[in-house]
Amino acid sequence: MPGKWQWFHKLGSPRWFYGIADRFNPLLLGSALLLLVAGIVWGLAFAPPDYLQGNSYRIIFIHVPTAFVAQSVYIMMAVAGAVTLIWRMKLADVFVRSVAPIGAAFTFLALFTGAVWGKPTWGAYWVWDARLTSMLILLFLYFGIIALGSAISDEKSSARAVAVLALVGVVNIPIIKYSVNWWNTLHQPATFKWTERPAMQMDMWLPLLLSVLGLYLFFTWLAFVRMQTEILHRERRTQWVRQLIQQRKG
Amino acid sequence: MHPARKKRLFMVLFLLAGVSIAVALATYAFRQNINLFYDPTEIATGVAPQDVRIRAGGMVEEGSVVRDASSLLVNFRITDYESSVPMEYTGILPDLFTEGQGVVAMGRLREDGVFVADQILAKHDENYMAPEVAEALARAQRRAGVEAHTPASSYDSASKDGKAYPTSESDGEAQGPYYSY
Repeated sequence: MPGKWQWFHKLGSPRWFYGIADRFNPLLLGSALLLLVAGIVWGLAFAPPDYLQGNSYRIIFIHVPTAFVAQSVYIMMAVAGAVTLIWRMKLADVFVRSVAPIGAAFTFLALFTGAVWGKPTWGAYWVWDARLTSMLILLFLYFGIIALGSAISDEKSSARAVAVLALVGVVNIPIIKYSVNWWNTLHQPATFKWTERPAMQMDMWLPLLLSVLGLYLFFTWLAFVRMQTEILHRERRTQWVRQLIQQRKG
Repeated sequence: MHPARKKRLFMVLFLLAGVSIAVALATYAFRQNINLFYDPTEIATGVAPQDVRIRAGGMVEEGSVVRDASSLLVNFRITDYESSVPMEYTGILPDLFTEGQGVVAMGRLREDGVFVADQILAKHDENYMAPEVAEALARAQRRAGVEAHTPASSYDSASKDGKAYPTSESDGEAQGPYYSY
């Protein structure tokens, strides 16, 4: 079926993706490290302290980027899950497999930095409020996807099962996002909003923005590298992978 | 689009819609359990249960904090700018506990209407600013004749607008003067 969907089907070719990833990886890693170092050094060392929390608010420069990426990764996984179910595109399943552990790691980091931040400001490491609990559920959803994926050995049925779980779990994302608005929580509402200026002065939100962008790029690099590994493993018997390995050896 | 794919697309949409509705109904049914705390109005109107350990949350009323000279006993009032509840607590308060800031207290409502807390957590808002900015803001507010002890202006401005206090609602947006900074 040539025509307007052709670019989309081309995306499904693991070999094509492998080449693209190879080309973008150095650029991704370079810009990610640049932005992350700039944002975090600026935020931790040069941004002004907060009038109320003093220096302890600075963990925001790690907490917020990890929480953003942790939620975005799940949305991306759900979209990839839908692509797996509708178009049966192998690359979408490769994506879900490869990023689930990354998403779990970032969710854990967000929870951990939140606990570290909570003790000096709130007076408690953990409270069962809607934001914290829904974020913990996100971590368990990631664990579920990883476990389900490795429990089913047949590649096709495993892909579909994981895709359905990724799709179903995505309802948790708006709950995390709006938990602080819908219910009484200890966690404060969002500082960054879609429609308004951030509730921070510029020399605080600019380093935060840099580290958020940096972490997204870092995630992309990490996802690409993991996807490449997964592709090589799945396509290990094909001609092009064998040639590639020969080339690398020789 | 291929008919088989279109069919699967509808299946996916149907699945998403079904799960969303189920979760929406469940969270709506459990909304009172999902809320971390009761606000002062709910306590004053008797929505909050008596003789059970509950959490109460609100803003520490300006000028209401009275510390006992010889012990760790503290008395203060929490408010949502509609009703206020007197509180009693013995212990060390979190660093962020100040008048005009939020707290969430765990404890029991005594028969005389005083909430006896055994744990106090500080709740801060989503606004961050440098101390100089906060000071400048407080000065500007004093000049404007607004009584403000702390520059957490969002609550002051929100309450003046007659809106519900913003810790539980989303509208913590401060249209405060520091935006022009």
